[in-house]
Amino acid sequence: MISAYIDFIRMRFLMMLAYRVNYYSGIVIYAINIGAYYFLWKAIYGSQDTMAGFTIAQMTTYLAVSWMARAFYFNNLDRDIANEIRDGSVAIQMIRPYNYLLVKLMQGFGEGLFRFMLFMIPGLAIVCLIFPVDLPKDPIVWLTYLAMLVFSFLINSQINILTGLFAFFVENNEGLMRMKRVMVDFFSGVMIPIAFFPGWLEAIAKWLPFQAITYLPSSLFTGRTPMSEAGSIFLIQLVWLLVLLIPIIFMWRAARTRLFVQGG
Amino acid sequence: MLAIDVKDLRKQFKVQKNRAGLSGAFKDLLKRQYTEVTAVKDISFQIPQGEICGYIGENGAGKSTTIKMLTGILVPTSGELKVNGYVPHLDREKFVKEIGVVFGQRSQLWWDIGVIESFNLLRKVYSVPQNDFNRRLDNLVERLQLGDLLNRPVRKLSLGQRMRCELVASLLHNPSIVFLDEPTIGLDIVVKTEIRDFLLEMNAQEGTTILLTTHDLQDIEALCSRVIMLDDGSIIYDGGLEELKTTWSKGREIQFQFAEPMSLDKLRQLTQSLGLTWNIENEYTAKLFVPHEVNFSEAMGLVVGSASIRDIKIFESNTDDIVRGIYQTGSAQLEEKEKELVRS
Repeated sequence: MISAYIDFIRMRFLMMLAYRVNYYSGIVIYAINIGAYYFLWKAIYGSQDTMAGFTIAQMTTYLAVSWMARAFYFNNLDRDIANEIRDGSVAIQMIRPYNYLLVKLMQGFGEGLFRFMLFMIPGLAIVCLIFPVDLPKDPIVWLTYLAMLVFSFLINSQINILTGLFAFFVENNEGLMRMKRVMVDFFSGVMIPIAFFPGWLEAIAKWLPFQAITYLPSSLFTGRTPMSEAGSIFLIQLVWLLVLLIPIIFMWRAARTRLFVQGG
Repeated sequence: MLAIDVKDLRKQFKVQKNRAGLSGAFKDLLKRQYTEVTAVKDISFQIPQGEICGYIGENGAGKSTTIKMLTGILVPTSGELKVNGYVPHLDREKFVKEIGVVFGQRSQLWWDIGVIESFNLLRKVYSVPQNDFNRRLDNLVERLQLGDLLNRPVRKLSLGQRMRCELVASLLHNPSIVFLDEPTIGLDIVVKTEIRDFLLEMNAQEGTTILLTTHDLQDIEALCSRVIMLDDGSIIYDGGLEELKTTWSKGREIQFQFAEPMSLDKLRQLTQSLGLTWNIENEYTAKLFVPHEVNFSEAMGLVVGSASIRDIKIFESNTDDIVRGIYQTGSAQLEEKEKELVRS
């Protein structure tokens, strides 16, 4: 049975590999995004050395690594699930002796693995050549960051699964999916680090799961947050991982009785 | 042991009502209205192990909804339901290991990968031991002649090829009950026959219980010893196919070929005492309709005694006609019919 789940990772990975050319353009788009933000921040910093605890060098690194982390953890599980619910093919999933959501997560992981190896790593290498990105020298920081990225992936996937499952309850959750995407990008700190938010917004962001996806790990990677706080970052990520399980289980149970297979 | 035991099974759906016009849309935005639709209305039936049972009814009669409850996809609104000793929606993951399902209108194979890769993945999903799997697959491939299809991607298969692969996919884990939801839809007669023969053989050799929905009554005639007919969510017939025919067919038609030209009047005169209807096909041939109430030998005697006849053919009403008749008359007249049956 476990080998079946591993097969879902492998299959999705191979499928992504077949479409790898699509992702070359992705690298260019991400590089342009990073460039735009880099020049914007350079203008904002002007002659100032630090802002909200970030030096301009840290800021550049933050931008590069946050966007490239997004290249890894981003997936379309929400759309996948919503589509399968809407076209009724979720019925086929229910006659299989496996957990549908776990299978989806495995497929997401297969995609993530592909994105990590063929999108994030080469993308980061290219961005480092173009912009003055200052990568940490300490291998411990790298390892800690990679472990945190796994949590980023899991939390982001949980949010996607939750959004996708809404398709059981509303006829069209397209708007919700778009809103979620903007929310994640904004509150995870990919666009602007949370430290730059006004006090009240920062307070809200601290009570949301999104910061655990990008802001906290990237702050550690750039050196703004010292390694001594790695433990508490892991703890926040772990807590959100567990907390998010509750609405997912709840919604999945409710969805089972709501399920209504369209098209007969 | 019973393979399927259903008691007072009911499924209701809430369907959103969309009010017309712009003001309707605003009202919908503020307060949604729902209509409750009962797709399956308190049906009960039992299917013993090893039976092939046909489940028929018009489009929208609730066949697929029933199948989806029986396979654990949908949760029933009320009623009791036991399949293979499990309550399907409660023990879903354990339960589905022992059943096979084919939906004629949906593929369960993975679209992008080769057929054999789909099968291998299913082997892992159902945790079938490699030896058993190889044996079963070889056997199925041989019986359904899939040999050269195995390495093609699913999207490149024709419908007939795909359906045979779907069938194999649903049987790889050796299920004891197989649910087939319109398995022959859109297939040509050769593939249909192949699939029917295969299902009969499987049923005979392995005692697999089969529940089959279809619109093709030839499927039913070829396979099923028993038929359950559904109309508007309720069972209107449950019993043997032969009984269905005798219960619902109104009579039989006899075609006479005469040695000399016959006119309609002349023929009517012959059977005047019984008041039967004639249909002239040409000068020499005519059809006589004999309802079940009329004594068959009496009717024959009247004709045979007074006309010289070259040939006689007797037509039983075929299932298509009978079922069409039932669908069209609906359930209201059914009760009368049943009362009649009880009286006679």
